[in-house]
Amino acid sequence: MTQTMTGMDGGPRTKAAPAAGALSALGRMREFALVPALVALVILGAIVNDSFLTERNIISILGASAALALVVLAESLILITGKIDLSLESTVGIAPGLGALLVIPAASAGFGTEWPTWLGILAIFVVGGAIGAFNGFLSVKLRLNAFIVSLAMLIVLRGLLTGATEGKTLFDMPEAFFSIATTTFLKLPMSVWLAAVCFAVAGFVLRYHRLGRALYAIGGNPEAARAAGIRVERVTWAVYVISGVLAAAAGLCLTGYVGAINANQGQNMIFTVMAAAVIGGISMNGGKGTMTGAITGVLLLGVVDNLLTLAQVASFWKQAIYGAIILFALVVSRVTSGQAQE
Amino acid sequence: MAPLPLVEAVPLVEATGISKRFGSTVALADARLTVLPGESHALVGRNGAGKSTLVNVLTGIFPPDTGAVAFDGEPAPKAGDRDGWRSKVACVYQKSTIIPELTVAENLFINRQPGTRGVIGWKRMRREAAELLSTWDVQVDPSIAAGELNVQDRQFVEIARALSFGARFIILDEPTAQLDNAEIERLFTRMRALQDSGVTFLFISHHLQEVYEVCQTVTVFRDARWITTEPVADLPRGALVEAMTGEAADLGRTTGHREPVTADVRLAVTGLSDGAYEEVSLDVRRGEVVGLAGSSASGKIELAEALVGLRRPGGGTATLDGEPVPFGDVRKAISAGIGFVPRDRHGQGLVAGLSVGENATMTIADRLGRFGVIGPRRLRAAARKSIKGLDIKTQGPEQPVNGLSGGNQQKVVMARALAVEPRLLVLINPTAGVDVKSKEALLAIVDEIRQGGTSVIIISDELDDLRPCDRVLVFFHGRITAEHAAGWNDHDLVASIEGVSS
Repeated sequence: MTQTMTGMDGGPRTKAAPAAGALSALGRMREFALVPALVALVILGAIVNDSFLTERNIISILGASAALALVVLAESLILITGKIDLSLESTVGIAPGLGALLVIPAASAGFGTEWPTWLGILAIFVVGGAIGAFNGFLSVKLRLNAFIVSLAMLIVLRGLLTGATEGKTLFDMPEAFFSIATTTFLKLPMSVWLAAVCFAVAGFVLRYHRLGRALYAIGGNPEAARAAGIRVERVTWAVYVISGVLAAAAGLCLTGYVGAINANQGQNMIFTVMAAAVIGGISMNGGKGTMTGAITGVLLLGVVDNLLTLAQVASFWKQAIYGAIILFALVVSRVTSGQAQE
Repeated sequence: MAPLPLVEAVPLVEATGISKRFGSTVALADARLTVLPGESHALVGRNGAGKSTLVNVLTGIFPPDTGAVAFDGEPAPKAGDRDGWRSKVACVYQKSTIIPELTVAENLFINRQPGTRGVIGWKRMRREAAELLSTWDVQVDPSIAAGELNVQDRQFVEIARALSFGARFIILDEPTAQLDNAEIERLFTRMRALQDSGVTFLFISHHLQEVYEVCQTVTVFRDARWITTEPVADLPRGALVEAMTGEAADLGRTTGHREPVTADVRLAVTGLSDGAYEEVSLDVRRGEVVGLAGSSASGKIELAEALVGLRRPGGGTATLDGEPVPFGDVRKAISAGIGFVPRDRHGQGLVAGLSVGENATMTIADRLGRFGVIGPRRLRAAARKSIKGLDIKTQGPEQPVNGLSGGNQQKVVMARALAVEPRLLVLINPTAGVDVKSKEALLAIVDEIRQGGTSVIIISDELDDLRPCDRVLVFFHGRITAEHAAGWNDHDLVASIEGVSS
């Protein structure tokens, strides 16, 4: 036994350098596993539809994907930490909903508080963070199962929004509520820039900051992370809060994009969010996944959605086809990455 | 079959020529065991001697590679015949096999609940359970949840369940580990009573005085082999310990005498208590290496985990260079200069999916750049330094840590501990599951780091790990009961670990 071990340990060292290079190249490839599928879809789209590759359509795809991207980012952070939060989709609705209700007059179904606009917008993010903090309290402090607790929160928050708006759609917000999606910079809506910046920051922090690396350590092995001096509970809780704020931001983007707040804003979004994250290589078991992967997942689903619209698929069938394509994408990314999706 | 002479009873259990390998590890080599009906037979040996493997073979959990087991002179049931095995033998493990949410009655009759056509007759089951328990004089209410039982009653219920399958051969795997003295006495009384009604025991314990108290015959295993089987009366304690450690190990494997370390006291522990250990006081000087030995439930690991911030003890104090040790907070312990190798590298030591470099620098992520940003170059540089310093065989800092051999993985855990430039280094089972060569390399680090004034505490079940120590403190039932200066011999140390004064 000792003999074989020695042989294995004492392997030729000269081979080490090229092997390590190949290994990290492989690591990068896994991150970009979805890119071939994305490229294939874009080529397919360009062939079947002339208007697909136009500037206008590309901007429209990005604009429509911004909110989804922010929620996928939020969910990815939580998944990497080894938890799950289904209630993000309800935060997408209730955070801007409450912000609007605090601002708009009672005549337009508001609370009648008529807060100044800036305070209402601030409230959106505070509500998002507070919901995240509460979710974190339930799953980190009370050690409740994250899946079922966030499912309950999903229902509660949706119910609160429906109750507060009495099921009505809110229009009468000040322009500032929509400007994130209506103002553009270099032809792209600010919401797209916001999502891009958030992804860039998250990508940097996850790769180069000790807090980001702590998420991988916690998701990979919380006991080892604790033994290495990482404050597991505190970091996990912080991730919940950040994710809540990101979901609130997504809600604001969606409000701007739609031009109103409906009581079911964000409803059923979580399934698309999970699909994008998992297609993008974020592990449901925690500890694995990158922002590059997550963003390609979002773009892939955005392109599919756009192609279906352009192809004028009857809306009754759109859902079935969309679902089938997500399934197909999961299979393809499983095959191309060679890794089991966990 | 020739009639056996009447004086020689047919062995109740006879295992001969048993070998078992797991990969390259030999768990049992040509082992044997003969248990006569009506006796209480002790099975002793150090960790890794092959006791657990033998128990698994004897209970039919897995078949041996070679050899055969016979009960009452008849070949053992076939491998998959669970009911057949259960009617012959049962084992009460240290880890409970009852289902805490179900009642005692249902636990007794699990998957064979009395009833008609699969419909459970609850009343009948409770009645039969009560009858069964009273037959064996177990005073437990069958209708309460089994989780509410204390360890002792749980053991009695498990014994009663085993007997109800018809088995008259019961293996007790370290039954006294979680019992207090009064309970141990009750267990022995019960064992003797059952013995009188024809039950045979195989008794496994690390506490040798219990062997002398309750057993008639003892079998010793060492290094996966059968060493001896003798009547307890014929084997004095000294000879028993010798059989367990091996005479060869006694020769030339003692550490040399050393001058006591006289530097300033670095770690001072006073009256520390926490359930698993009581009123522990000890001093460790600068550059001193102190070993903590003791059986698995002796409290030594709990004490070590308190010192490194993984646990918060109930009472007492500990100071490091005069400053209080921050209990229950690993982050602060690291800042205070306490590095450690946790007891289980897979459970607490490594994040399998991350790279060698990241695992090795996990404790010092805040020192690799400004504002918490980890400079990839600084991380690589720090990791390369560890790889070179500890001679870790890896393709480089980027390689996932789970691609390394066990010995090199353990070196990464060691690197993680050393990265904090500790003033106190606590090593819990530092060489568990690593090969001989890595073991030497890991222990050589201890000699190196003490030169710089770092104090080291080594907690281990393996005597070899304790050889670098200036002195070894022995824990027994949560208290320090002996101290051996460098130069101890295996025999004396094992005797005090097992609680035998020789």
